[in-house]
Parts: sequence; structure tokens; C-alpha cells
Amino acid sequence: MDNQSCVKIINEWDIVSARQLGRNVAKELGFGTVDQARITTAISELARNIFLYAGQGQICIEKLYENGKTGLRLLSIDSGPGIKDLRQVMEDGYSTSGGLGAGLPGVKRLMDDFQIDSSPGEGTDIRAIKWLR
Amino acid sequence: MRIPILKLHDCLLVSIQWELDDHTALQFQEDLLKKIHNTSANGVVIDLTSIDFIDSFIAKVLGDVIEMSHLMGAKVVITGIQPAVAITLTELGIGLNNVLTALDLEKGLEKLHQELGE
Repeated sequence: MDNQSCVKIINEWDIVSARQLGRNVAKELGFGTVDQARITTAISELARNIFLYAGQGQICIEKLYENGKTGLRLLSIDSGPGIKDLRQVMEDGYSTSGGLGAGLPGVKRLMDDFQIDSSPGEGTDIRAIKWLR
Repeated sequence: MRIPILKLHDCLLVSIQWELDDHTALQFQEDLLKKIHNTSANGVVIDLTSIDFIDSFIAKVLGDVIEMSHLMGAKVVITGIQPAVAITLTELGIGLNNVLTALDLEKGLEKLHQELGE
């Protein structure tokens, strides 16, 4: 699909590539510097989660045009161990890796729309959207 | 690539000029502590004017290096945080509490001297 580009996340350098891709698409769509920073940060959190917890997966960036609105959709897909307690990972300060625990609840706040699906043993699928204002 | 750390009298100056990857950030942590040790610096200014985003990992590395420097007896001032960075960090839920900050390098050095009682 022409509207979607993906980056495979296998090592730390791929986190940088995913951020760069996201920032470029955000710029192209006309997002301002603050929203560009929100999108770049959200991608960085999701890509790092893949790297830390799933081992590998991918980040896809999609341009959205719906009902006259323009947006950017962020997809984070992995087939890692999945998340047992979704409610727990959405709590501020929860971390199993010694991080700040700001990741997922932070991403939810940075984006306009946030959905997470995960099954233990099958992986995690996160979709988040930022709309252009 | 390593982040250059410059010595100015009893202070160290760091200007982060490009997007930090995880490896560079961790290397910087180690380099700064070694430099503090080798130069007996008692103050550090880290300028982030060129940085357009900070995620939770980079924030943790920065927060940690400030605490580690403090353990060694050096005070750290962070300068030049851009509006977009301040907004996203706060939305992420990261306050960087108890961190000395200033608008720019000049004010950062002033603040450092005040803190050090010079």
C-alpha cells in the first residue's frame, strides 16, 4: 500500500530508523513541531517496547484521510510473549524493565486515539492515531 | 559517535547536537562521569537546544547521569529544552523533578555559579 511504510524492529538502530520515518511522514502531512515531537516520541516508546519485550516486530506508519480529516496512524505489531495484564501496563509507573514506566500510558496521552490488543503467547498489536488540526 | 565534553575552568560543557540513539546515550553517561573524575569538575552544563524530542529512555539516562554526577560531587544544569520537548515530556508523565534547568547556556552557567556559591 502506498499510504503505509514499515520498519522492522530487530535492534536498537531500527528504533532510530522508525523515529526518522515517522518524523518525515508527520512533516509531509503538515504536522507542527509539537505534534512531530509527540509522534516521534510515541514511535520511540513503541519501538523500544518491541525491542525490549518482543525481540522483534514492526512499526508501520500510515497516512489517513477520513471524512475530510488528515491523520497519521501508528501501528506496532509483534509476535512476542504478549501482555498478561493490559490494565496493569496502562498504569503510570508500571515497568518490568527498570524503565520509567511512562511508555504505554504516555503514548496514549501523546496520541489522539489508542487501541491495544494482546494475547499471551501470540503477541501485541497497538494502533494509535494523531489527527491534523 | 561520541558526544564531546569540553572543560571550561572548573566546569564541563556538553552540547548535544544530534538525535541520541541508545548506545550513544549510555556511552555519554560513562564518558561524563569519567571526565568529572579526571578533571575534578564541580559543575556540568548539558545543553539540549538542538534536541527536538526526548523519550522515556533518554530521560532516564539523563536523570540517572545527573544523579550519578551528584554522587560524585558535581552539580548539573540542563539548558535549552525546546517547547515541543517540554510539552511531550510532561505528557509522557516525566517531570525531571529536582533537576536544575535554565533557558540557555549563558543562564545555565550563571545558575551553576550561583549553586556552587562562586
